[in-house]
Amino acid sequence: MSPVPLLSLKGIRKQYPAVLANDNISLDVMPGQIHAILGENGAGKSTLMKIIFGAVQPDAGDIRFNGQAVTVRNPQQARELGISMVFQHFSLFDTLSVAQNVWLGLDKSLSLAEVTQRICDKAVVYGLDIEPERPVHTLSVGEMQRVEIIRALLCEPRLLILDEPTSVLTPQAVDKLFDVLRQLVAEGCSILYISHKLHEIRALCTHCTVLRAGRVSGTCIPSEETNASLSQMMIGSEPPALNPKVSQPGAVVLEVRQLQLSRQDPFGMNLSPMDLHVRQGEIVGIAGVSGNGQRELLYALSGEDTRAPADSIRLLGQAVGSQGPTQRRALGLHFVPDERLGRGAVPSLSLVHNLLLTRSDAINGVGWIDMNALKTQAESIINRYQVKAGGAHALAQSLSGGNLQKYIVGREIDAAPKLLIVSQPTWGVDVGASAQIRGALLALRDAGCAVLVVSEELDELFELSDRMHVIAQGRLSPSINRADAHVALIGSWMSGLWNQPAGKVN
Amino acid sequence: MLKLEARPQPSGFWRIASPLLALVLTVVIGVVLFLALGKDPVQGLKVFFWEPIRSAYALGELVVKATPLLIIALGLALCFRSNVWNIGAEGQYVMGAVFATGVALMADKASSPWVMVPLVLLAGVLGGMVWAGLTAFLRDRFHANEILVSLMLVYVAIMVLGYLVYGPWKDPLGYNFPQTKTFEAATQIPRLFKGSRINMGVFLALLGVLLLWVFLFRTRAGWAQQIGGLAPHAARYAGFSSSRAIWLALLVSGGAAGLAGALEVAGPIGQLTPYIPVGYGFAAIIVAFVGRLHPAGMVFSAVLMSMFYIGGELAQSRLGLPKSLTGVFQGLLLFSLLACDVLMNYRLRWVPKRVEVA
Repeated sequence: MSPVPLLSLKGIRKQYPAVLANDNISLDVMPGQIHAILGENGAGKSTLMKIIFGAVQPDAGDIRFNGQAVTVRNPQQARELGISMVFQHFSLFDTLSVAQNVWLGLDKSLSLAEVTQRICDKAVVYGLDIEPERPVHTLSVGEMQRVEIIRALLCEPRLLILDEPTSVLTPQAVDKLFDVLRQLVAEGCSILYISHKLHEIRALCTHCTVLRAGRVSGTCIPSEETNASLSQMMIGSEPPALNPKVSQPGAVVLEVRQLQLSRQDPFGMNLSPMDLHVRQGEIVGIAGVSGNGQRELLYALSGEDTRAPADSIRLLGQAVGSQGPTQRRALGLHFVPDERLGRGAVPSLSLVHNLLLTRSDAINGVGWIDMNALKTQAESIINRYQVKAGGAHALAQSLSGGNLQKYIVGREIDAAPKLLIVSQPTWGVDVGASAQIRGALLALRDAGCAVLVVSEELDELFELSDRMHVIAQGRLSPSINRADAHVALIGSWMSGLWNQPAGKVN
Repeated sequence: MLKLEARPQPSGFWRIASPLLALVLTVVIGVVLFLALGKDPVQGLKVFFWEPIRSAYALGELVVKATPLLIIALGLALCFRSNVWNIGAEGQYVMGAVFATGVALMADKASSPWVMVPLVLLAGVLGGMVWAGLTAFLRDRFHANEILVSLMLVYVAIMVLGYLVYGPWKDPLGYNFPQTKTFEAATQIPRLFKGSRINMGVFLALLGVLLLWVFLFRTRAGWAQQIGGLAPHAARYAGFSSSRAIWLALLVSGGAAGLAGALEVAGPIGQLTPYIPVGYGFAAIIVAFVGRLHPAGMVFSAVLMSMFYIGGELAQSRLGLPKSLTGVFQGLLLFSLLACDVLMNYRLRWVPKRVEVA
């Protein structure tokens, strides 16, 4: 007798106004299985997970949990069934503390103090560093994800759904997370694992369902596949291989000299005096785990924080430390922030209107908006970067994370910047789109632009950068050429240990 | 049981339908209210919804009251879209009236209306701006809450008004009534027709509708102004100054309220009295929201609120009901609207009682 699947989906269908997100999707998750869901942006993975979690209702199809037909009306009910989910877009209240956020999703009989204690206990067990009293708005993206993971674990789930869980973790932390997941599976929990990282899926998952354009395009045992065969199933062709040329750096575009800033919020990071320069035609990467001063540094570089002494930041020779984003943009500095919704784009506005955040090509001399020119401009970016959207008037919030990122990166590259600063360029973006974004950054470099990339993904930095720095505890390491850098060295630098020879670090 | 189900996208239909349904609900509750007061509901509704549009003169009165409501609401809509909560338009309206009076009292028989009328109106705008500017300064410089500051300044403005009409500006020939002398003819806002009190203020209001629409939807500055309200981090990322947005929002809305005050004292009233504040500044908040903060929508809601003002007065004289019925109807409309707006983001569904799962 074959065992009953923990979760069984049959013929799930979900139609959104502009797109058929799920079309006749069926899959079984057995107890103790780590089941991967693989697919491009907009393939329908997130929608499917939201249906399982009760956040979205399907138009058709059956869900069986433990052999029983269920209708999951809301996440509360999903949690009662034993389903927990870690979303890709965090569902945390900014103004509440970590513990209060976790408390909201839990059994109300517990006191806040008890919840705090349980968070600390879980944090210790799974090695997830967290401070329960901190307000969520002071957390970095990576830290918010830790909160989400702990929140899910506190429900003692029988099925745990993880949407892009490792995007913001260090290689070491990824290994730790995998240990946690394997431990959970050994205890009988099942896991649905969504990721674009093929090697992770191959290392961790026992089964894999591949989605393409809302349909199941294949199932496989990941350990028997190669990265190439997996991505072929997913996008139908192999991602274009990057072939970075050796760069020919020119004049210095960005020069940061002894930049030092005190934190603005009590949980921020003080920036110790740091030096950094980026030249024409080179990509400089900054590695590091989030929460180590990236946020503060990027605010100072983009002009969102103007407290820096004017000549500590020079752009093409001009002291810009105390200038705002508009003046810096006029000099040719464009910036892609890591928060796409709410910072890089206004969620409730269309793609057309979101151009106006950083672009003024369609504005005439007296400040009048030429709506036709603006729409044409948006459409050209959508076409050039293959953004999947319901047209130029689609709201920013209606796009999947990867497609919105393509649009934002496209918007900034299209401005022909002299210096482009990008934070987490491919966070939560699928393989195809990532390759495309990275290719665009390399092309921009080859065209002579100076590029600064801040990322937590080492693979990405090794692929893109000509030189690298590491940021740790608000200090910036010296730069190292990519040819001289290797993962173990950068890993040890991430702990702030760049003053000792690599051999002595363990 | 009935259940609310979140819509994937806000419904465009209910954006327009919600205010209409709110109006229907207000009427239904109004009927119940009249019945409870022992009055014929048909008579009651007639007073509110038929009398104000029955004759040319009545229509004129409707416009006279809708004009200041619309002008104030236009300014408030800009404020609310910028996430600046100016609740003190009433005070700015009063200060507009006071400043306008200051100029109007300087006129004499020889003054030309071509000079005096614009001066009076400009003084009104300035008065409202000064009063709202206090709020902007405190908010920008000291992060004071603009809701509280602007609201409290309403009462200060009314005190200033009281001091002036009971003190230095009291008409010496006015039998000791607390009011200024009647303004010279040269300061009178020109009327449009004989036999009606409609004046050129209505053109200023309609011009304002057009200007606000253009500013909000066709200029970069107007677009940038609203980003702070929609996504503050995006505004900071783009480099839009939040203090500029605060100042602009408050100065424009203060100026608009001040203009309405000037049009009122130099128009239908013709002198400064303690009875200038009749709640237009507060009613305009409802006008702004019922009109969806959209310039065209607010034209309709201003007329509707004006009906309630006239209806309240008629209910007092015809049916012997208290004038505060105006406030009751305004409040009913606002609360109905807030309730109906749920339908924009949620749909109502009848679902069978859910089957409990083991």
